[in-house]
Amino acid sequence: MSTAELAPRPPSGSAIARPPRERTSSWPLADRIGYWLCWAVGIGLCLIALGIVLFMLVKGISYLRPSMFVESPADEIKQSRSGGFLDPLVGTLIVAVVGIAIAAPTGVAIATWLSEYRRPSWLARAVESAIEMIAGVPSVVLAIFALIIFVQPFLGFLSDTDAGGAVSGKSFFAAGAVMAALALPLVVASTREALAQLPDRLREASYALGRTRSTTIRRVLLPAIRPEIASGTALGLGRIIGDTAIITLVLGLTLTNEGVGHVPVISTLRGTGSTLTSYIYTNSPAGEGGSPQKAYAAAFVLLLIVLALNGIVTMLTGGGGDRDGGLLNRAFRLIPYSSRLNWR
Amino acid sequence: MDRDPLTAAPSRGPRRIRRWATGRTDQRVERTLGALAVATLALIGAMLVTVLVKAWPSFSNNGLSWFGPGGDIESQLRAMAESKALPGHSILYFRAWPLIWGTLLTTVSAVLIALVVSTLAAIFLTEFAPPAVRRILDPVIRLLAGVPSVIYGLIGILVIAPYIDNHWISNARKASVGYVVQLSGADVMTASLVLTVMILPIMVSISAGALASVPASWREGSLALGVNRWRTIWRVSLRTARPAIVAATVLATARALGEAVMLSMLSGGRGFAPNLLDGLTFFFEPVRPLAATILQNAEGLTIPALAHTIYAIGAVLLISAAMLSLAGWAAKQQFKRYGVRA
Repeated sequence: MSTAELAPRPPSGSAIARPPRERTSSWPLADRIGYWLCWAVGIGLCLIALGIVLFMLVKGISYLRPSMFVESPADEIKQSRSGGFLDPLVGTLIVAVVGIAIAAPTGVAIATWLSEYRRPSWLARAVESAIEMIAGVPSVVLAIFALIIFVQPFLGFLSDTDAGGAVSGKSFFAAGAVMAALALPLVVASTREALAQLPDRLREASYALGRTRSTTIRRVLLPAIRPEIASGTALGLGRIIGDTAIITLVLGLTLTNEGVGHVPVISTLRGTGSTLTSYIYTNSPAGEGGSPQKAYAAAFVLLLIVLALNGIVTMLTGGGGDRDGGLLNRAFRLIPYSSRLNWR
Repeated sequence: MDRDPLTAAPSRGPRRIRRWATGRTDQRVERTLGALAVATLALIGAMLVTVLVKAWPSFSNNGLSWFGPGGDIESQLRAMAESKALPGHSILYFRAWPLIWGTLLTTVSAVLIALVVSTLAAIFLTEFAPPAVRRILDPVIRLLAGVPSVIYGLIGILVIAPYIDNHWISNARKASVGYVVQLSGADVMTASLVLTVMILPIMVSISAGALASVPASWREGSLALGVNRWRTIWRVSLRTARPAIVAATVLATARALGEAVMLSMLSGGRGFAPNLLDGLTFFFEPVRPLAATILQNAEGLTIPALAHTIYAIGAVLLISAAMLSLAGWAAKQQFKRYGVRA
């Protein structure tokens, strides 16, 4: 690469505007190497992402059949006869709904308490660090903990009980509950951050109108941060949909979704099943299934779901816009609150 | 409890407002929310205690040698699964060193590579990238962060591992260690590289956020002294953002430690401690990190001895996670010295 092309002259008369590209011809060699390494890394990241998306697209299109969406998986060695992934798709949906139904209200409540009340403060600090800790706990560990909890006899109504009275502990209820722990820190983080960024005059105006704190929270603050709550929820949803370890351990990994009992919805929730992630895992060479074509097709669908969620988050956060001036802070809401920087 | 004068003031608004504007509701709401937070706290505390209690037999039986090397770990796990103690040992006999070594290898190498790459990427993103490129790179990083680990694992095991197996590992190399371990392309190197890609996005985003918020006047001061852009970034911006980069590293380490699915697909899945003395072959030897071991032995949770061992592994991971979150907290204390709110 010649240095001439690295150093386009800034357009004349634009002393204030930044030149289109850095002029590096006067830099020492080491600095120039650093500069080009930066470019290489940036382009490399784009290429990796492009590679993943294109590869999955090609594989997905070549192996995906519309019938896969309506057929249940079958226990066949031949890939052409092993059915589709209707049950895993439904399973993903159920786990996501159960998980978010628990995580979203709890997360918003905890974040509100942490940000608006936080009395006594030592307790608030303890809760804060605990939430931060579950954000770092491996999901397998959450799963094996859940297996201790959900096999307790008094929780038998949440899963299957065999003839000997032993509780299996594996059900959509259980998996959803563990997933909630995965999504909780994300919901708490984005709600808290949004609440912290609301100007105090909003609260003061509401108090001045004679409203109590709880009313202010319910009628003023929470409605004001609805997009942030939604984006935190969407991020949590992405985390739930993408997790495999918990599903493998806590959902029982049956080929189809097996109900327990006779009440329509409850029976499914008490039963075992699989999700797209576990379907991919078991059909990959790492699992027993060994039908990579099905795995590719399911992975493609999963990637599409994740991409759609990503798009929703971007939309909700205004395209990663910087309402608060922080360049990237708002764009990357996947980071726990306390690890994000808010340099004022 | 101190009463807020604003809330204590009589409300003479329209009827609709009065309905929910009473001090008693306020107290009730505070208590409910607080109770929920405390319940979560209690649940997390219960998790710590339960896992440690379940793990205790394994630790007490093996003592500190639990962490040390000794014998073939696969036969130890099999002995527990079959409830047949190895000759001369207790049923709980377990030496986790191969797993710990595997975890250290994959995590440390992935984090080190990611540290360099993410710092460069963050500099690129905040300083050099033209707006058009930045508009592409932003969603790209978010996409990489969102791809589920099982998809990384799938691509790795169906594409990268066979490629390495066919093109990088010669038959002679396979034969040279064939009496101890099979080389298949699913190995330390593949696992670490894919793990690097997985933890990159979070590191890039935190570092970029920190670099972007370095006060412009500091950099301008350096530029005005005639220091070129790169050195300004190196000496001023990076140094200011160092605590954030440390925090990002800590967070990424936690992620890498806990990754089970991708690693169980891609690391070879065999409890083996790669030997540095094997030279280049070292990179192609299989490992099985702690988290992946839990995943692969999960069916054995009904067997008491194996369950104790699995919970012991879980306890090690749990304590490491707690330590890391403590380290992250300590790193954050540094921000405060600079008068920065973290």
